[in-house]
Amino acid sequence: MTYRLMEGSEAIAEAMVAAGCRFFAGYPMTPFTEVLEHMARKLPAVGGVCMNAESELEAVGMAWGAAATGTAAATGSTGQGLSLMQESLSEICLARLPLVVLNMARAQGDYWQATRGGGHGDYRHLVLAPMDISEAVQLAPLAFSLAADWRNPVLVFGDYYLAHTSRSVEVPSPSPAGLAPADWALDGSSGGSGHAKLISPLGDAKQRHGVGYDLSLHYQDCVEATRAMLEGVNPMVETGYVEDADVIVVAFGTPARYVRAAVREMRQDGIPVGFIRPITLVPFPAAAIASAAETAAAVAVYENNQGQMVDDVRLAVLGRAPVHFIGGLSLDSSGFGIAPDLDVAVIRSRIEEVLRAAKEAP
Amino acid sequence: MSTTPDGRLVVATDGPPDSGARLVDDFTPDLIEVGTHQLCPGCGEPVAMRSVVEILAELGLVERAIAVFGIGCYTAFSNNLDVEVLQALHGRAPSLATGVKRCRPDSIVFTVQGDGDMVNEGLQEVIHAAARGERITCFMLNNGVFGETGGHMTATTVLGQRTKNTLEGRDPAAHGYPIRLSDILAGIDGVAYVARGAVNSAGNVSRTRRMIQRALDAQAAGLGFSFVEILTMCPTGWFVETQQAPGYLGDRLAPVHSTGVLKDLAAGGPGDS
Repeated sequence: MTYRLMEGSEAIAEAMVAAGCRFFAGYPMTPFTEVLEHMARKLPAVGGVCMNAESELEAVGMAWGAAATGTAAATGSTGQGLSLMQESLSEICLARLPLVVLNMARAQGDYWQATRGGGHGDYRHLVLAPMDISEAVQLAPLAFSLAADWRNPVLVFGDYYLAHTSRSVEVPSPSPAGLAPADWALDGSSGGSGHAKLISPLGDAKQRHGVGYDLSLHYQDCVEATRAMLEGVNPMVETGYVEDADVIVVAFGTPARYVRAAVREMRQDGIPVGFIRPITLVPFPAAAIASAAETAAAVAVYENNQGQMVDDVRLAVLGRAPVHFIGGLSLDSSGFGIAPDLDVAVIRSRIEEVLRAAKEAP
Repeated sequence: MSTTPDGRLVVATDGPPDSGARLVDDFTPDLIEVGTHQLCPGCGEPVAMRSVVEILAELGLVERAIAVFGIGCYTAFSNNLDVEVLQALHGRAPSLATGVKRCRPDSIVFTVQGDGDMVNEGLQEVIHAAARGERITCFMLNNGVFGETGGHMTATTVLGQRTKNTLEGRDPAAHGYPIRLSDILAGIDGVAYVARGAVNSAGNVSRTRRMIQRALDAQAAGLGFSFVEILTMCPTGWFVETQQAPGYLGDRLAPVHSTGVLKDLAAGGPGDS
């Protein structure tokens, strides 16, 4: 087992290449830029392709084309760049193609963008939210296999801390098998056979089938595929001390590490609090939150934004306990997401307020 | 309908036919799966599409070909070809084609786009692909109008052309000037072949077919980006009678978007058509 001190961006790039990624396209934007740099260096060395796309629109388009050939492909940006990509992402979902998309976000304001999507139409993509570099390295192969299994984009939701901090991580070993060749992938060879392949967000029925474009049929098929995916993927979650907790704190990504540290510290002081950390944001671990809320006096949600995931927590809790938002946008002057509030003492004091209020309640 | 002294039928093309259309034979090319289409009578796009697939077959490239379609009336062919097709978003076909080609360098990758798709919505895509010397071929079917929405101005609409949102004709003071995309692309390093053809006469169809062949040859030889703009009739979007559309193309579009080979690296410069 080899460990190396790596910046998160490099570790993620290395993990993606080890997971079989052979195509990457991106456009520089802080804090995503270094992932692109590392992919540009690492992919050609294994016979892959990294494109320095002229815009985010072209980056996602190139990745779409690569995905259609059955190549394990990825792209990414920050939330701002992902805004530009939304039109394509929704169409890629409707074209039923696998793709891994990174959001090296600034703070956590892109939760709704990640989980609801900013694009048109009735689509969903899976969302993985690693808490730190080690977990990001573990989730990279899962992202590619989920994308391939469900023929659907998978978003990996990181942030500035994940991209720009360094730690000693186990160097991922390349996946020996790689991904199974997809029977739908384009290589030109079905041309002239009478059954040439078609990959389209408008559906893959051909006029010779006597159907032509029937978007009601195709969109129903997509809805069915999405339903199967959301039911077929087990929500991933980390929980701690929830069984006898008076207050459950829910947080994801980097802030969840601080929440977890605050909760552990409070437990050492004998205070009955627990935490829940969603690892998949889509599907959302609603059952784990609902079951913890059965016995808790209150649920608190910490996010580095105005309160977005708190909606999903409320939907999961469904009135079993009061839900309090204890986060808030906490930024440095650059807006990149260096958060003054990411401090165990700050978070602990907010949890204590919720606990006090819960005890005072009749 | 009259006949020549040796008994051949003469079809008058200077006026409306004296009887309704009837199917006398099926001339559908092998690579177009269903011969009937729902595009308007007199549309030039089926002629252009047919020319592309017939040249692919003649060059023996069918089993290596991957087409990437934009969005427009011609998208009706994207699910009707016996050629592999990847359907793109409006304007984005060149990036998808780039991803395909980089992962399948031995394939022959071409886009089919209209003027609205390529010059309006996705202009930067084609220019960047050209400057990258991307070894793909882009075909632009240019009729100077958004046909699918029902006849609206595009960035290639010629001055004076009447469209549904330039009812008195395109006026440069209000609507600016048409973009001549082939002329722009010919000036970009990385581009191996650029030509502008038309399908408004048998002679022009023959010249356009040669252009398509040269463009695909350039890609197969790995010379760089290749491009053929094909002027196509749109009598519906031009608000002219079907039989007047070929003349309208020659009189109105072709003087602005002039046909010919603008760049041919393999031939050492512009060609002879």
